[in-house]
Amino acid sequence: MTTVELRGTPLRRVGNLARADVLATVGAVILAVIVLAALLAPWLAPYPADGGSATHPAEALLPPGADHWFGTDQVGRDVFTRILFGARTSLFIAVAVLGLAAVAGVTLGVVAGYAGGVVRDVIMRITDVFLAFPALLLSLALAVVLQPSVTTVIVAIAVTWWPWYARLTASVAQSVAGRGFIDAARCLGVPAPKIVFRHVLPNSLTPVLVQLSLDAGGVILTASALSYLGLGAQEPAAEWGLMVEQGQTLFTTDWWVVTFPGLAILVTAFAFNVLGEGLRAGLDPHRRAR
Amino acid sequence: MPRYLIRRLGQAVLVVAGVIALTFVIMRLVPGDPAVAYAGPKAGPAELAQARARFGLDDPVWTQLWNYVRDLFSGDWGTSLHTRQPVAHDLATAFPASLELVGAALIVAVLAGVPLGILAARYHTKFPDLSVRLSSMLAVSVPVFWLALAVQTLFASTLGWFPVAGEYDTRLDVTSPLHVYTNITAVDALLTGNWPILTSTLAHLVLPALVVAAYPAGLIAQMTRAALIEETGRDHTRMERALGFGETALLTRFALRPAAAPVLSLIALVFAYAIVNGFLVEAVFNWPGLGRYAADSIRSLDTPAIAGVTLLVALLYVVANLVVDLLQSLIDPRVRTR
Repeated sequence: MTTVELRGTPLRRVGNLARADVLATVGAVILAVIVLAALLAPWLAPYPADGGSATHPAEALLPPGADHWFGTDQVGRDVFTRILFGARTSLFIAVAVLGLAAVAGVTLGVVAGYAGGVVRDVIMRITDVFLAFPALLLSLALAVVLQPSVTTVIVAIAVTWWPWYARLTASVAQSVAGRGFIDAARCLGVPAPKIVFRHVLPNSLTPVLVQLSLDAGGVILTASALSYLGLGAQEPAAEWGLMVEQGQTLFTTDWWVVTFPGLAILVTAFAFNVLGEGLRAGLDPHRRAR
Repeated sequence: MPRYLIRRLGQAVLVVAGVIALTFVIMRLVPGDPAVAYAGPKAGPAELAQARARFGLDDPVWTQLWNYVRDLFSGDWGTSLHTRQPVAHDLATAFPASLELVGAALIVAVLAGVPLGILAARYHTKFPDLSVRLSSMLAVSVPVFWLALAVQTLFASTLGWFPVAGEYDTRLDVTSPLHVYTNITAVDALLTGNWPILTSTLAHLVLPALVVAAYPAGLIAQMTRAALIEETGRDHTRMERALGFGETALLTRFALRPAAAPVLSLIALVFAYAIVNGFLVEAVFNWPGLGRYAADSIRSLDTPAIAGVTLLVALLYVVANLVVDLLQSLIDPRVRTR
């Protein structure tokens, strides 16, 4: 197994990790490009107005060329522009879902892991119930009863995602809670809430951070699937799943309308997945020890 | 073993109760009046009151939950708003088709994923390992609805190698009608020796099954690879190497069995996921399963139908997990003490 030198300055550590795992490095570079594209979309896009509701019927369904790198869609909007703006939507959804799910999951998890006993059992049974619904399914049911929108997608996916963090944090927090410095804090009379959030929590976070980067790809795939089903972002928003749905009947004649948004989802999810795998292999102390 | 069995069954019962309660809560969130959805926009106050009484919408929430649970157990899963059929009946018709698709996909996923995982572990950090890691990562990152569209456009619409959509050529219903036993078309056709329908079903199955198989195949390859690499780091591998066994034999003869446990539980987890992922593929290939039913229900805001599909898949997941845990406790007694 490749061993990674984890001493030295943070910069040197990153350099060592990069050399040890080519795939993860590729992922990190792709991801950096996507984040920049999302942040700078209004300035990078060749036709910024096409990110919204602009229409140019005279230029509908032009094939890829010098003026329109990825062609134009059924109402004449530049597909490349909409891909750039779509990156904003996807990354925003991923950050919001993971933020909500991590806050809820980690809080419950750290309490469960520190308290143990009945409290832990109750919280774990609740996570069992939520985990019985595959993320896309519960999101589907929720998205049907709520109004379709980006907010609905975020809420629906976050509801199905938090139990993973609760379970992960609980198991780590349990082992942290058994360590000497926690006993010491307890003997000194530090109140329980302070022990949990000042001492147990910070020492339980690393695996969650790794898991977050692993999960971002899954969140983006689920969100785009909900949009594809018409339960997420609505026209004229630029969203990759929605773009595939709108162009799907044109695949045989105007392939670019569907191909590029799909590739955008694939590349983004791939970048998150390989980076997450690399981080897990490189930073997870359990794996490193083996 | 009996103690473990009872504890595990007790847990499963609790989870089922929670699943039913959660489904009920989600369906209660529905904005707008379900009575309006059932009776239609033109219904007068009398018809609305009748619909409301019929679904017990004027009762207190606890009475409604109790009635919901009682009806579920007596086999009454409500009436679909768009097919006007009992939901339980609709599910019983749609589920076998989904099972056929996901079953075929999981067979493909195991047959592809396990050997690829072994190959990657055998040539760890070499070229085959890198290509398996790359392709399995791509397989788990591809949006399944887009892959379905792409594969359908390329291999069915453009090249014409496979049929575009459907489960089998329905014209065959006239020339060689199918006797239905299990409702799983491929199985029924095989049992009754109905070759025209069997070959037609298999031809229709190839593309959607391959698309559904992509995600689980990628996961299984990654999991097999990781489990084998971990297993070969143990002492027994060093012993076997010293005894002169070749590198491939180390993996296939010795490491594969202990590595099988995590892969087995992964397959159960992936089963429910594949059914839901199959929803999107069914919609593209017009496969007459749960996914198409769910898609139609979403379009008509058919809450009883959505609740039925949600509940069924969640229950399947609980059962699949229970079966795997019990199987593992038989294989590996250490599991019971956890």
